[in-house]
Amino acid sequence: MSVPISWYLLLAAALFAIGTIGALTRRNGISIFLSIELMLNAANLTLVAYARQMDQRTGQLIVFFVMAVAAAEAAVGLALFIAVFRQRHTIDVNRMNLMRW
Amino acid sequence: METLIFALFAALALVSAIVVVTHKSPIYSTLSLVLALFSTAVLYVLLGAPFLGALQILVYAGALVVLFLFVLMLLNVQKEETAHAGRGPQLWTAIVGAVVFAGMMALVFWRSGSPAVTPLTPESVSLKTLAAELFTRYLLPFEIVGLLLLVAVIGATVAARKPDALGRIEEHEYVSGDEPRTDPLKSGPDPHRPSVAEPAYKEAS
Amino acid sequence: MNPDFVAPIVKYAVMFAVFINVAPIMNWVERRACAYIQDRPGPNRVGPLGLFQPVADALKFMFKEDVTPSAADKPLYLMAPALALFPAFTTFVLIPFGPTIQVDGRTVPLVVADVDTGVLLFLALSSLSVYSLVMAGYASNNKFSLLGSIRASAQLISYELALTIAVLAVILPVGSFNLLDVVAYQQTHLWNFIPQFIGFLVFLIASFAETNRLPFDLPEAETELIAGFHTEYGSMRFALFFQAEYTNMAALSALGVTLYFGGWSLPGIEYPHNWLGAALGLATLIAKIALCMATYVWIRWTFPRFRYDQLMRLGWKVLLPLAIFNLVLVAAMTLAGWL
Repeated sequence: MSVPISWYLLLAAALFAIGTIGALTRRNGISIFLSIELMLNAANLTLVAYARQMDQRTGQLIVFFVMAVAAAEAAVGLALFIAVFRQRHTIDVNRMNLMRW
Repeated sequence: METLIFALFAALALVSAIVVVTHKSPIYSTLSLVLALFSTAVLYVLLGAPFLGALQILVYAGALVVLFLFVLMLLNVQKEETAHAGRGPQLWTAIVGAVVFAGMMALVFWRSGSPAVTPLTPESVSLKTLAAELFTRYLLPFEIVGLLLLVAVIGATVAARKPDALGRIEEHEYVSGDEPRTDPLKSGPDPHRPSVAEPAYKEAS
Repeated sequence: MNPDFVAPIVKYAVMFAVFINVAPIMNWVERRACAYIQDRPGPNRVGPLGLFQPVADALKFMFKEDVTPSAADKPLYLMAPALALFPAFTTFVLIPFGPTIQVDGRTVPLVVADVDTGVLLFLALSSLSVYSLVMAGYASNNKFSLLGSIRASAQLISYELALTIAVLAVILPVGSFNLLDVVAYQQTHLWNFIPQFIGFLVFLIASFAETNRLPFDLPEAETELIAGFHTEYGSMRFALFFQAEYTNMAALSALGVTLYFGGWSLPGIEYPHNWLGAALGLATLIAKIALCMATYVWIRWTFPRFRYDQLMRLGWKVLLPLAIFNLVLVAAMTLAGWL
């Protein structure tokens, strides 16, 4: 018995929801990043599931590009974290409040 | 058999995702993310994309998360007192929003059901057809993504550089665990700084 | 029993039996060879020529007291040595070890996992070996271990790039990521290390860095970091790291031999497609891996260690451009029809 594709989509939605909770509530900047990676992963899973359902390879190729973009974004984001850490000596996002009123 | 593998790795993915989001120590979150990525890679293979599964482990779990770990250890990020921003409205709004989203998706998929999928053939999962499509129809995005990665590498290198003496505060490079160099008796004269009697930066708090 | 399940299990048992013996044999070989290079006898008390030294070592590892640092991060500390074995014992399922044999009227390819993305999967699984180093270094709550594991993670991901691009250059004329096709290609053409000598050199140097062997063994440098990331590990846990390192070496040698030296095949000789052919193929592969491991030992005890900045400079500024140049060269040769 084959697994219905909707189960994969449901799993991806659940992963996305968990990632959203993490991205919105964590205080540590790196943990927010990890949650964002989780969300990207969930989106990738959705794309691959739909590629399977529609029997086209477009979804898989989009995932290929999403992975590359996620890698680029993570690299730049971490570099920015290091730069911020040099100035503020913390990566607690609540402490990065230089522009708040 | 396929159901068993799906159930196992879906459960693993969910559990490790929850650990990523809720564990106090960022190192444990990162290692848990590796587990989540690994389970998702297995699910990709189940969905007829073995190349993507291998690529996910190679790129995401094998290089990207190592980068995360490297930065975590470099910056000596400690365990947080509580993983979340407190029991305030922020936490509950996030949870309610996420649950509503997941509920909506569940409703959509429940209502629409799922049509029968064509069984996988060796030709449909073959790497050759994927590569043919990538290099003919999607050649432009491929090249642009290559350019994007180049720009990201240059940007990351520039952003993480040590501050130079061009009008910026000449900063003592803070390595985790260091005492700020304020006492000239504790550490010898620094040849790069005019005087060690005064700290080059002001403590933020 | 379903014959579809029996065949992979038997094949895995064969490969496992080969690769589990790598660590004890290499223990003896390393110590005798380094003694020979350094003009001293080496272990020669336990059994003739010191051949039972690995047995003595194994007994020592089993009976020695297991000391755990009190401030260590217990779950990670205990998981790291076990995790070290994971890439070592999963990567060799992709190495073909003989011709396709005919058993009971079925054609069985002699590789545990016949997947279209063989090489990619090998590289992916071997890139997971960095996690055990990182976990060990972090969980030990020891400055030197942490330094060792930071260096290890930077070193491993840097040299992985050059390794992957060198491997890519091998795949280009073959046209398939499947290692069976790579070996079949080398049976009809020259062994890959002749036309792609630069790529082979890059692969060799990068594989030293990937397995933390001298001259790239800064993560576990004895004279600088006590023992690097496995400082705080004693007895059986250290034995697991030790075993994982040698098995990793053997697996990466197996990949190198399959990609560049024809794998289980010898040029011009057609192995029979039965049990005899399988045994001959396995023996050829083991002989080539043994030669490769002997080279590892030889180079280890001949060269001094790289400094960290020299190491990173070599990985990014020398090996990566060389690997890309090799890829372009091989692409041009393939287009011209020479390969």
